[in-house]
Amino acid sequence: MSQSTETRRESDSILRKALNDLVRYGLVALVAFFLFGLILLISGKDPIQAYGDIFSSTLGSVYGLSEVIVAMTPLLLTALAVALPSRIGLINVGGEGQLYMGACAATWGALTFSELPGWILLPILVLLGMIGGGIWAFIPGYLRAKGLVNETISTLLLNAVAPMIVSFFVFGFWHSPMDTNKTPIFASSARLPKLFETRIDISLLIAILLLVLFWYAMKYTRWGLEMRAIGGNPQAAMRNGIPLKTYIIVVMCIAGGIAGIAGMAQVTGFYGVLLANFSRGIGYMGFLISWLAGGSPVGILITSFVVAVIITGGNLLQLTRDIPYSVINILLAFTLFVVLARPSFFRKRNET
Amino acid sequence: MTLLALLGVFSSAIFSGTSLLYTTLGEIVDQRSGVVNLGLEGVMLVSASAGFAVTALTGQAYLGVLVSMFAGALMNMILGFLVVTRKGNQLASGLALMFFGFGLSAWIGSSFVGGKITGLPRFTLPGLSSLPVLYSSLFQFDLLIYLSIPAAFFVWWLLFRTKWGLGLRAVGENPSTAFASGRNPGRVRYQALFVGGLLVGIGAAHLSIAYTMNWTEYMTAGRGFIALALVIFAKWNPIRAIVGALLFSGAVAFQLMMQSSGIQISPFLLDTLPYILTLVVLMIWGGSRRYAAPGSLGRVYQGTE
Repeated sequence: MSQSTETRRESDSILRKALNDLVRYGLVALVAFFLFGLILLISGKDPIQAYGDIFSSTLGSVYGLSEVIVAMTPLLLTALAVALPSRIGLINVGGEGQLYMGACAATWGALTFSELPGWILLPILVLLGMIGGGIWAFIPGYLRAKGLVNETISTLLLNAVAPMIVSFFVFGFWHSPMDTNKTPIFASSARLPKLFETRIDISLLIAILLLVLFWYAMKYTRWGLEMRAIGGNPQAAMRNGIPLKTYIIVVMCIAGGIAGIAGMAQVTGFYGVLLANFSRGIGYMGFLISWLAGGSPVGILITSFVVAVIITGGNLLQLTRDIPYSVINILLAFTLFVVLARPSFFRKRNET
Repeated sequence: MTLLALLGVFSSAIFSGTSLLYTTLGEIVDQRSGVVNLGLEGVMLVSASAGFAVTALTGQAYLGVLVSMFAGALMNMILGFLVVTRKGNQLASGLALMFFGFGLSAWIGSSFVGGKITGLPRFTLPGLSSLPVLYSSLFQFDLLIYLSIPAAFFVWWLLFRTKWGLGLRAVGENPSTAFASGRNPGRVRYQALFVGGLLVGIGAAHLSIAYTMNWTEYMTAGRGFIALALVIFAKWNPIRAIVGALLFSGAVAFQLMMQSSGIQISPFLLDTLPYILTLVVLMIWGGSRRYAAPGSLGRVYQGTE
């Protein structure tokens, strides 16, 4: 008898929490959409019609949904590249640079070994992407472990360097005869296979697999336990024999490798060429997503999906409403502002 | 290489470096009060587009500069609301502000792409007008360039020689102590962000109204991030920021010089110089206390309740 009431109470509280969350995020969306609606109104567009278009084109059709998932995939990876180091208290703002270096290394492989069959070449490219991103994250990791430079600053600095290295290779060596700012289209063996005849490629599966691995490792392995110990109190963890410096370097390298896969997937899957300055903020967006999601795998999945809907909607606004694509960033930013400002009417009770 | 060509190179380097100096000064003021503005790129873009739009509509370049300054200050007020009033995470708030700037500037600028304006008037300093025309034409700068180095000294004076600056730095080092000694950390940070925003606005105005005299989407192309690097390179000191900006201008000048003498050095590799130098300098300082970041930089002041 008492047991059943307890379970009922438990399921009640879970339901209430879910409802609370729904209301919270619903309100965020409402406020953000209202503010962006004002912007649309000032530009002389009909906001209701524009929103209708965004929804019907992203969530209303199978094709639209598949495009959302295409936009979501790199965000999952770059968000994970932030969430993993954040578990041991490292702030990796360097997803953007690591993504570029992953793309750079993978492009080198795709252009050099284009003769190889796909089933050998693609694993090599994934590995190269990981190495490229990993090296770029090793530098800040090593400097942090040595106590020389704070990783927030060094990752930010390296972010700015990476696109220039990509540009150096593209403009100097790799560009196609026709264009100076991109490589020739990769051989079909160097293209990531697509799923279900959409533009979704298998990097989605890699991303989800990595998210599951991350969840599992944090919850059930010795590494997860030790990382939680470091995140809680690094000094105490070190005194208990946990190799703090090794963890800092290895975790940063893995995070960089994950962001590198995102870059590799962008060039070999999404674009099929390496374009100078191809990413404008996928890495930074990953930071924001991980932060909003509190570094939890499920949170990353949901938040990335929402961000992807907004980004995909921006493409449509440009096509049908004659508004520059970047303007959709305003809607994205309004959403972020509302979450960051955490109005008291939907602040969690256990927060602050 | 002739003297004339050399002077030409330096003249163009000064033009490209000025916006950077003002932006760096603005970020120094922000960071001295303990607030990191990672959204500098977005603030610059909004300022540059607003200033350009007003100049294009009214034909008044100086009015454009003024609007640009206030646009920068307003953008920083958004950051202030998020990180001071609402106590949001500084890095995330800054990045959100950056994306906001991407969007807002594209929106403001969309009807001005390809527009023509008459930029800030350029004039020669009185003493130099006696030079041959060929030379004196290279020393025709606009008012903002002439004011840039005095501005750095002014900011230094403001931060290190006034009561206001002392309070600002005290809040940046330790807001709780500053609060205990009767200062209001929140208000001080708002003031710092406002002044910093005005300075960033001048930098952005110089970029769009005086230097390039056009508007293209994402025209800052990473200048906000260079300024962030220069703030560290300058050790949060406005006068050292002049050195940093000169260094950047020097790299640009060097690159142009190499090009005109036929030596091919990739401009992309040269562009990495400010960042790599900053990283190297940070490594040399190491963990030593000479590395003088404001104590509370990046931390949210939770108040005393």
